[in-house]
Amino acid sequence: MSDISSNIIIVILVTSFATYLSRFLGVVSSKKIKETSKIFKWFNCIAYSVLAALIARMIIFPAGELAESDIFIRFFVVIVSVVIFLFNKKNLVYPTILSAILLALLNNFI
Amino acid sequence: MINSKYFFKGFKSIKGLDSPALALGASFIAIGALLKNIGFNLEQSIFSTFLTYALPGSLVMAESFLIGASLINIFLAVWLVNTRLYPMTVALMPLLLHKSQPRWKYYLSCHFIAVSAWLIMKGKYQSVEKKHRIDFWIGIGTGTWSIAIISTVIGFLASDYLNKDMMIGLAIVNPVYFMCMMVGAMKSLQISLSIILGAILGPAFFFISPEWSILYGGVSAGTIAYFVGEFK
Repeated sequence: MSDISSNIIIVILVTSFATYLSRFLGVVSSKKIKETSKIFKWFNCIAYSVLAALIARMIIFPAGELAESDIFIRFFVVIVSVVIFLFNKKNLVYPTILSAILLALLNNFI
Repeated sequence: MINSKYFFKGFKSIKGLDSPALALGASFIAIGALLKNIGFNLEQSIFSTFLTYALPGSLVMAESFLIGASLINIFLAVWLVNTRLYPMTVALMPLLLHKSQPRWKYYLSCHFIAVSAWLIMKGKYQSVEKKHRIDFWIGIGTGTWSIAIISTVIGFLASDYLNKDMMIGLAIVNPVYFMCMMVGAMKSLQISLSIILGAILGPAFFFISPEWSILYGGVSAGTIAYFVGEFK
């Protein structure tokens, strides 16, 4: 195995360890938490908030390819998609497919 | 060991109109293409999704690898972006715990905790008796994880044919899917407030500390929402 590919394997192992760690500690902490407890409710709120923060960041301060599109176009695409989602009995197929096409088109023509 | 009826009931959540397959597929196709571009081979790309299966962490790994960051820096960057998995796990596992189920199922299946599988489970757990929830969860996890792995392969193989417009289009699918799922999850004041405040405070903290913004924003927003919900 060359140096670079053994490096890649180590990078993958380190990444997966860093990822599994939070999940593992979560299971350990869950042992004593009842689903009716206040601490569970608090963690539930934090979990949803952290996800919302992550998603908002993906849209407002994206990394990678998405950073090359205009922020107002991204906002527009997300709002249109959520409206379509709400008006189509919460069907997720239409808004997701449409968002990709809409963003690619708007990004080229505006 | 694993009740196949509940396992397949969970596994089947990858089909249908509320399926995460498209969104997961789009984002892992992008990951597959990205990994190829930074010099991973096919086996390594599969190995990466197989072992990590959480999108933001894989992106951070790819970025850090590209700039030649040290292993300790990669570890810290990935750990930081994935600490959100901790509150997510604590907010999920107590719903699945049952005395009759062996512990290893929980330690193994926590690997499946990622945004899509988590949101699906949070939306559906009440439809399954507590005793069988862990098997249902393992089904959901296996289904979404399989899509992620297959899509990584597709993205890797198709990367030469994906132009910039297609990559930008693929990149918006995941946030849009998550956003719709979150809007769909807003069923109580506490949860709605958690989501709205998180979406505002997360980006707001970005101006103070980009690395810590998700945690700072998420923990403060969740705490405010919790207290408002409790005392209203």
